[in-house]
Order: sequence, then structure tokens, then C-alpha cells
Amino acid sequence: MTNVVEFTSVRKTFRSQTDGGDFVAVDDLTFNVAKGEIVAVLGKTGCGKSTMFNLLSGLIAPTSGTVRTNGHDPFTDFEYFRGRIGIVFQNDRLMPWRTALDNVLLGLEILDRPRQESVEIAKGWLARLGLSAHENDYPHALSGGMRQRVSLARAFAVQPELLLCDEPFSALDEMTARDLRAEFVRITKQNHNTALFITHSINEALEIGDRIVVFHRPAKIAFEARLTKDTSEQEKVQLREKIIEVLAGEKRMA
Amino acid sequence: MMSFGINKRAVQAVASLVGLAAIWQIASLFFPPFLFPPVTAIAKYVWEILTSWEMFLDVLMTSGRIFGGLMGAFVVGGFLALLLYSSRTLENYISPILTFLQGIPALSWVVIAIIWFHGVEFRIFFIMLMTTLPAFTFQILGAIRSMSKDLYEMTLSFRPRRMQLFRMLYLPTLIPDIITAWRVNLGNAARVVVVAELVGATGGVGYQLLRQQQLFDMAGAIAWTLQLVLFVLVMQQILTFLENHFLRYRAVSERA
Ligand SMILES: Nc1ncnc2c1ncn2[C@@H]1O[C@H](COP(=O)(O)OP(=O)(O)O)[C@@H](O)[C@H]1O
Ligand SMILES: [Mg+2]
Repeated sequence: MTNVVEFTSVRKTFRSQTDGGDFVAVDDLTFNVAKGEIVAVLGKTGCGKSTMFNLLSGLIAPTSGTVRTNGHDPFTDFEYFRGRIGIVFQNDRLMPWRTALDNVLLGLEILDRPRQESVEIAKGWLARLGLSAHENDYPHALSGGMRQRVSLARAFAVQPELLLCDEPFSALDEMTARDLRAEFVRITKQNHNTALFITHSINEALEIGDRIVVFHRPAKIAFEARLTKDTSEQEKVQLREKIIEVLAGEKRMA
Repeated sequence: MMSFGINKRAVQAVASLVGLAAIWQIASLFFPPFLFPPVTAIAKYVWEILTSWEMFLDVLMTSGRIFGGLMGAFVVGGFLALLLYSSRTLENYISPILTFLQGIPALSWVVIAIIWFHGVEFRIFFIMLMTTLPAFTFQILGAIRSMSKDLYEMTLSFRPRRMQLFRMLYLPTLIPDIITAWRVNLGNAARVVVVAELVGATGGVGYQLLRQQQLFDMAGAIAWTLQLVLFVLVMQQILTFLENHFLRYRAVSERA
């Protein structure tokens, strides 16, 4: 099985603002994500999850070790990733001056896709996410859930090989979040997308992931589990207990 | 409700200006015309300027100088702002100079321009540029600085080319601030331009004002001054139109 994501002994330090020393955000992180897999990453706030994302999306470079997506370095091989990565952020990050449709079109415009075709694709995604009636609405006029749907559509529209989601539903109310989670899994599976999904909710991780990875601070893997269609509710409950234990275990060490 | 509020404000504004004119008119009854000419005389003069091609040319000339100076300051200031944004060190060196320049009065620039340069138009352009450049630079720099990092990272994740990033992100975020900067600098430039025209211009509102002073013609002085005020009002109106056009998405959200 080919790996879409490969972290090998990745370490990332930041120069501390206060004492000028090095602050370790990611420490000796090694893990892979296979093609078509949805990996849920769990961890407490500040454990380096977003830093791992920034490494993956090429916004920052690792201090040591290697990060590879499809065998390419996201930081140095900037051009290669045109249209290959789709990101859904915690906040929707819609451009307020663009309508819902135009926001979904952003990625396609950057990829220079023909206008007519792009509009059709974008409309199709808005329809799938139940927003056909709001194509021409500006973000201000949409609810939080609708806005996050638009940002999902924007990420899906470019048909990325890798989807990165950084707590995309954590700011939504539980009902809306549950709907969107189900939709997310359905669409991702239909499209055979590979996805890395950050969350701080154990339930969300259990609902979404084919695999669950629990991070300790500084970002390194403390626990890992695989889920399949056959994983029973009973097993999920046990898994849940185990994850709570792992997350709580960190507190004692700190 | 809202349109009523605007109408009420407009009525109040007109009333206050009419009141001012009335006070002037009353003063004209008690003072000789070279001190307080009647409002009708001023209005007649204004009309003359607006309808005589030869005189209106002076207004256009001054307008052109204001616009040219602002455009120059905008382009150079935009370029400088990008430069300062790209390097903290550079900013630490250049900002103090700009702040220093900001403190120099327009009249000093007039003297400097006359000594340094020969061409009248270039002197005026130089003065306009030097007096508006610092503010423009600081305003554009502030706008760039306050740009959303979130949107920047989001856009970057699609790997745009430099021009795409500029067109799809920078331009739309900066336009409202740029319009505001023009608005602020416009008033400033309209005041400076008449001083700048003292460098030996043989046309323009500043030149005409100087002539009215020599002729002791108060009606003319006021009429020419009003041309400048009128110009600023027209430009502000155009800027408001542009603002409404580019920020129409906000209006939509307010109505919703
Ligand atoms: N650019 C940066 N400079 C300095 N410290 C940073 C930077 N980015 C993140 N950090 C620090 O790294 C740690 C991990 O942050 P982050 O990856 O955002 O955590 P998470 O997403 O898991 O909540 C935090 O303590 C944060 O303060
Ligand atoms: Mg985070």
C-alpha cells in the first residue's frame, strides 16, 4: 500500500519569545498515512497538532527529519502541490467579498480550470452540501454551519489527493457538527480521498477515523488504534476508555 | 428609518451652510464690498468660472496637479510600503525619515523646490509628492500589516502564483483601506496645492488666488476657493461611489 503521508523522525522547534531558548513543538514524530485512509488525530490543545499540519501543508519546514506527501517535500516542492492538498480549518476562512459560489471557485480559479466547467463543479459541490439556494449569498448572510459547508465544498472542489482538517467542526453546535461529520465521511469515502482529521473530541475521532492516533506533547504518538466496519460498539466503548486513560496519563507526567 | 436619518442629516448640513451664507450677506450690508461682497456677487463669479472655458481650465489644471501628486505618492508609497513590509530592518531605518518628512511644512517644500528645480510643474509635483508620501506609505503599510493571516494561509494552500495571490487576496483586502487613504490625503493635498502653486505657476487656483489678493477682489478670492472645495466634494463623492461598489457585500449583509 502506498503512503500519501510520511513523517520520519520529524522534529520542530520554535525560538522561544521569552528566554530565547528552543521550544519543542514536535518531537521525533514518525508516522504514515496510507492512500484512502482517514486518520483521526487526537490530542490536547497545544500538543503540536496544528504545527504538524503546517509542516504538511508546507507553511513551515521541519527542524530535522523529513516530511513527504506523495514522495514530495511540501515545503521546498511548493509548486508540485498545486491543487493536491485541500484544507478545512477550524474557522471557515471564507473571503467575505466573495459569494458562496465564488468562494468554492477559488481553488479552481487558482488551478486555471476553464470557467464554465469550474462553475459546474462548484455548483455541484454546493448542491451536495445542501447549499444550492445560497450560491449567491455572501458569507455574512450564512450561518456558521453553512459557512463551514462552503469551506468543505471549497476543499473538495479541487479533488485533492490529501485532505487536511484542523478541528473543522469544533466551533459548530453538536447537531450541525454531527450532520457534517457524517457527510464528510460519506464524501471522503466516495471520492477515495486520503484525509488527516484533527480533533479534540474522542467521539468525533471514533466516528470519523479508520485509524485513531493520540498525540502527547510535544507532538509524538502515544497511542494508536485501527477501526473497521466490524468494530463493535462494545469495542468502541473499550477504546474510548483506553484513549481517556492515555490522554489523562499525560497530565500526571506534566 | 435609515434613509430618514440620512435625509435629516443632509437637511441639517444644507441649513447650516445657508445660515453661513446669510450671516455673510448680513455682514455685506454693513461692510464695504472689498471686505464682505454680497453673496450674489460671489455666486456670479463662481458661475463665471464654471462657464468660462478659459477660467475653468485653471480649475482643471489645479485638479490635475492634485491628482498627479496623489497618484505619484500612491505609487511610490505603495512600493515603499511593500519594501518596509518585507524587512523590519529596512522599516527601522526608513520610518524615522518618513516621520521626519511629515513634520516639514508645505511652505518649506516650496522654498526647497524653487531652489532645487526649474520646471514649474515638476516643482509642484515634487511638493505634492513630499507632503503626501509619508502618510500614504504609513497607511498602506498599516493595511498590509492588518491583512488576515488566516486568509493568507488558506489561499496559499492552493499554491497560487504571485500574481494570483495579489489579484485574489491582496487587492480585495487592501482596496477599502486604499480608498480611505485617498480620502484622507485628498483633503490634505487640496490645501497644499495652492501653496505649491506659489512656486511660479502662471495658471491654477493658487495663481488666481494670488491675483485676487493683488486686486483686492474678495468675491473672486472666495469664488476661487470654492472651486477647490467643490473639487474635493466631487472627488469624495467618486470615492464614496467606489467604496460602495467594492464593499457592496457589506451592504448586503447589513440588509440581511
Ligand atoms: N510559529 C510559532 N512560534 C512559536 N511557537 C509556536 C508557533 N506555532 C506553534 N507554537 C507553539 O507550539 C505548540 C503547539 O502548537 P499547535 O501546533 O498550535 O498546537 P495544537 O494545534 O495541538 O493546539 C504551542 O505551545 C504553541 O505555542
Ligand atoms: Mg490547533
